Amino acid sequence: MIRKEDIGCIKLCDLIDDYPFTVSFFEDNGIETGTAMNMTLKEIFDSYSVDETEDMVLDFDRVCENLAEFINQMLSFLSEDEKIHSITIHPGRDKSGNPEGFSDLKISRGEVISIVGPTGSGKSRLLGDIEWVAQADTPTGRRVMVNGEVPDAKWRFSTSTKLVAQLSQNMNFVMDLTVYEFIKLHAESRMVEDAENVITRIIEQGNELAGEKFTPETAITSLSGGQSRALMIADTAILSRSPIILIDEIENAGIDRKKALALLLTEEKIVLMATHDPILALMGDKRIVIKNGGIAGIIETTDEERSILVELEKLDRKILSYRTALRSGEILSEIK
Amino acid sequence: MNLVTFSGPPSSGKTSVILKTIDSLKQRGLSVGVAKFDCLYTDDDVIYGKAGVPVKKGISGSLCPDHYFVSNIEEVLQWGLDNGFDVLISESAGLCNRCSPYIKEVRAVCVIDNLSGVNTPKKIGPMLKSADIVVITKGDIVSQAEREVFAARVNMVNPSAVIMNINGLTGQGCYELSTIIYMEDEKLETLLGKKLRFPMPSALCSYCLGETRIGQDYQMGNVRKIDMEDKK
Repeated sequence: MIRKEDIGCIKLCDLIDDYPFTVSFFEDNGIETGTAMNMTLKEIFDSYSVDETEDMVLDFDRVCENLAEFINQMLSFLSEDEKIHSITIHPGRDKSGNPEGFSDLKISRGEVISIVGPTGSGKSRLLGDIEWVAQADTPTGRRVMVNGEVPDAKWRFSTSTKLVAQLSQNMNFVMDLTVYEFIKLHAESRMVEDAENVITRIIEQGNELAGEKFTPETAITSLSGGQSRALMIADTAILSRSPIILIDEIENAGIDRKKALALLLTEEKIVLMATHDPILALMGDKRIVIKNGGIAGIIETTDEERSILVELEKLDRKILSYRTALRSGEILSEIK
Repeated sequence: MNLVTFSGPPSSGKTSVILKTIDSLKQRGLSVGVAKFDCLYTDDDVIYGKAGVPVKKGISGSLCPDHYFVSNIEEVLQWGLDNGFDVLISESAGLCNRCSPYIKEVRAVCVIDNLSGVNTPKKIGPMLKSADIVVITKGDIVSQAEREVFAARVNMVNPSAVIMNINGLTGQGCYELSTIIYMEDEKLETLLGKKLRFPMPSALCSYCLGETRIGQDYQMGNVRKIDMEDKK
């Protein structure tokens, strides 16, 4: 812990020695470090003219407060070894005020839960409740426990410890970077130590999932839909610290969905999957059925359903192989 | 009454976020009014009107929108009190990225969007750096990685703020926002005696007074020049 009262009297070079991550703080806040290494923040601010202070758009007190807050956040982030094993949802009520149709639902790492229900039935609210770790303080009255206990407020408010990472169909890459640069940027923001290795692994895994290969030098904006989703999933699985991954439909084309789920599970994520697709819905260990804003029931995938899934997957492969054949100009013949 | 100031770059989603947040406040039986400040044009008053939200519109025209804001906010607050609102929301666009329409001890929310680029947080002044709550919108259309990088960059320039990702279209996150912007025991009667969090962009030069001619001879008052000498 560092106190804001002390921070102004420490030389920049000492601050940076002790907390190397403050370099980016100074940079992003427009504080020139190059020539001022032997000065304290107080001395630096004292040396500014009135005009310069106004140009900084920050005053000394605010900078000290922010820097102390930032260092303390980073220290707790870096020392964190607290693991999330499970989340538990305690029932609330649906839109009409009726109690929900389940008793406590515990979801553990490595589990896949599908969420089914018509559009507008309340899937987003459920995910919202989880992300906000609701404590009977949202319209549904649900409570969400982390590791069986009432969770710390940091799960709500801290940017570095978000419970839920989200992957959805209409997401795009908007940055103008290559695959390598992009993952590097993400790795830096996550303070990953072994960045090069992590980057290589993500690109490998992304290529495993994508039908068509891409290289580290490919611009992310020129990736195909399937490649983008593959890279997003690999990146989220490996780099995101959020223990829960929420998937809002994964389209079939250009990506191996089974492998994608397997990757998320080897990274010990809790996977929640909102879907209308029967194959995805049955891939879950359980499925949550949502009606009228509430959870109407929780169904465990039955053995019969698992055998139906095998049939569905055969069909799916058949459609895919026809697709591939048509794309490469072949004439179709019955596949047995 | 509670006063909450919202600001953010144009088209970042302020109005959508505010409208969805008002829905949540109304569901709890609270009455809400909005004061919309803009520079040249806004039809947001129509949008608020349609949603049944009482609205006061102010167009700054040829004046600096921030200066206009601070010259009018006390009167707007009194309008809110006269109307018996529980919550008054002021919405203003941060037109020059240097804007700072925040008042000490009055909750300040800055709305910015994921599409504006990862370097944007360090380009925005007090509007972002001194906000209590930073709402990041348009997360539904960018990748998880970009959302995380963007939020980390915002956290870097304003570590003390609560940072929330909100979807202005579906309203996901607005209920949560509504719970942290309204304080039941807060009874604001006047802003007299309160202070801005940071000085506003200042200028008082010949061009402020209507000068249109270009050239050193016509520049008077608070004028600043680019340093054209190359640093050795």
